[in-house]
Amino acid sequence: MPTGTAADRLARLLNLVPYLLARPGIEVSQAAAELDVTERQLREDLELLWVCGLPGYGPGDLIDMAFDGDRVTVTYDAGIDRPLRLTPDEALALVVALRMLAEMPGIGERDAIERALAKIEAAAGDIAEAPVAVRIPGDADRLATIRTAVERRHALRITYYTATRDETTERVVDPMRVLIVDGRAYLEAWCRHAEAVRLFRVDRIDGFTELDEAAALPRQARHSDIREGVFRASPDQPVVTLQVGRGARWITEYYPCESVVDADVEQWLVSLRVSDLTWARRLVLGLGSDVTVVSPAELAEAVRAETNRTLAAYAA
Amino acid sequence: MSRVRTERLVNLVICLLSTRRYLTAAQIAATVPGYEHNPHDAKDHEAFQRKFERDKAELRELGVPLETGTSSAFDAEPGYRITRRDYALPDIPLEPDEAAAVGIAARLWRHAGLAEAASSGLAKLRAAGVEVDPQATLGVEPVLVVDRAFEPLTAASRLRQVVTFDYRVPEHDQSTSRRLQPWGVVCWRGRWYVVGYDLDRAAERCFRLSRIVSKVTTVGPPGAYRPPPRLDLISYVARWSGSAPPEHTQKATLLIKPGRAAGIRRWAESVTPASGGDQVVITYSDAHSVARWLVGYGSDVVVQDPPEVREAVICRLREIIAAQDRSDATVGAG
Repeated sequence: MPTGTAADRLARLLNLVPYLLARPGIEVSQAAAELDVTERQLREDLELLWVCGLPGYGPGDLIDMAFDGDRVTVTYDAGIDRPLRLTPDEALALVVALRMLAEMPGIGERDAIERALAKIEAAAGDIAEAPVAVRIPGDADRLATIRTAVERRHALRITYYTATRDETTERVVDPMRVLIVDGRAYLEAWCRHAEAVRLFRVDRIDGFTELDEAAALPRQARHSDIREGVFRASPDQPVVTLQVGRGARWITEYYPCESVVDADVEQWLVSLRVSDLTWARRLVLGLGSDVTVVSPAELAEAVRAETNRTLAAYAA
Repeated sequence: MSRVRTERLVNLVICLLSTRRYLTAAQIAATVPGYEHNPHDAKDHEAFQRKFERDKAELRELGVPLETGTSSAFDAEPGYRITRRDYALPDIPLEPDEAAAVGIAARLWRHAGLAEAASSGLAKLRAAGVEVDPQATLGVEPVLVVDRAFEPLTAASRLRQVVTFDYRVPEHDQSTSRRLQPWGVVCWRGRWYVVGYDLDRAAERCFRLSRIVSKVTTVGPPGAYRPPPRLDLISYVARWSGSAPPEHTQKATLLIKPGRAAGIRRWAESVTPASGGDQVVITYSDAHSVARWLVGYGSDVVVQDPPEVREAVICRLREIIAAQDRSDATVGAG
């Protein structure tokens, strides 16, 4: 829990007494680490609690603790021996996340997840009747196989289709974890060929073999930052601007866009960063007459030339 | 919050938990340290009332069930108390593997508000004695991302409260204002939807959360309607977002340049070397949709058969040239 805001401190204090009560003789440093506060902050919290208690506020009424070196034991709780009930937001956040886990194709421990979900729902009562349903698509068998390989910490040889370059390559990767983002599964792994961490879309892994050799993650292998989504445009990627008719407006929901000018016009002006212009050419050709290229001129020319070339191939 | 105020609030909670009788504001002021004032001094008394109102709001905000009522018919003024049954988290006997699952679940949110709610919820479970291993993983980690409208819509669905919002579908030029009795929120194929009864259209409707372009505002009191019994939210969205992709019952033969169009080859039924490249057989369901896909690969791919796909591809190519000409003419004229 964050230590910053005022309300958080009150919540933390009301939680602290039952927390310590459940763990007599816990080391202050361990408690601080588990509660995600500094040791100093925790000591200040304990000092504050020490002067709180039942009306009368005499020695027998105040919350009391015994210190033994670095260890602390609550010896009198003044009636706050249980944490506060879950708020609707807390129950919702936990229940929805557990439902999401339980729905995951290919996940292990499904039984434990479902038991946990049932218990949290029971404890939260009415408020846990979260009006939220989750269904995640995916090939459960394939995901389970890949997950198992990840868990065994073996290197994998994969046949992978790279859509941006329209090519299928073989590579050896050292798996890190399987992620599901926006309903799509990804294998996060160190790619020995690229010498970098990469996210491989599981539906584009056309084949894989688990190798005997152990996965060897180099020190610089870090989890990808996916807070802003899987695809992160980099400033060195070219910006493509398209004029987009009604029938192709869906691309603004499908691809991350730099800008969309959509006010009171039939033809939207859409700019997006692309990994390379060959991919952009494929995109534009595939969208047909609903889309025309505004810039760069190089792309407009490439689209026109390729279209003529293809028509010529059909005329031959 | 100052230390003094925190201390006062902790004492207020303890005091109200320990009483069976409802305590009036005056009784609380006489008991709990920090509320000392002169009730006969109008200004002083007003300051106390303001302070007490703020404190009550703070506790309710935190989820402390502050109850108001009178202990006997003779009490003129309502008082306050907190019953243990409403305050305390019931016992949750989680097995270690269940606790690990909850710990993992709490980390999934990539959304500030819900991530905080999940971790403060987890903190309460820990305070109830549950040990959570922060290192546990399941090998597969879903990342939970929700749209801004998620929180207000789940809250309104739970409370059965009508909402309004502006909704915009890309194919339409204007957003429209909608009034909805929300029944629930669904995650389907990686996108979030709300299902409910649209009061203006007088029909059941699904809305994609990412297309809600305004704030979601509640209208009227909670408990205003009743969702249908035995509601299956998923099936509504599944029906609305269209059925599974149609079956591929037709075959087309393509000539693909050597080593090109890997994106098509991976779906091929067969690949046979031929003069000028590879003869590749694919399956499809609709000539126009398969043509759209094939045109993307330009001159690397030429459809040999059947004529309906060949014609559809040529037609699209001509349209592309025509569209580009039109657009160039407009730009030239401007």
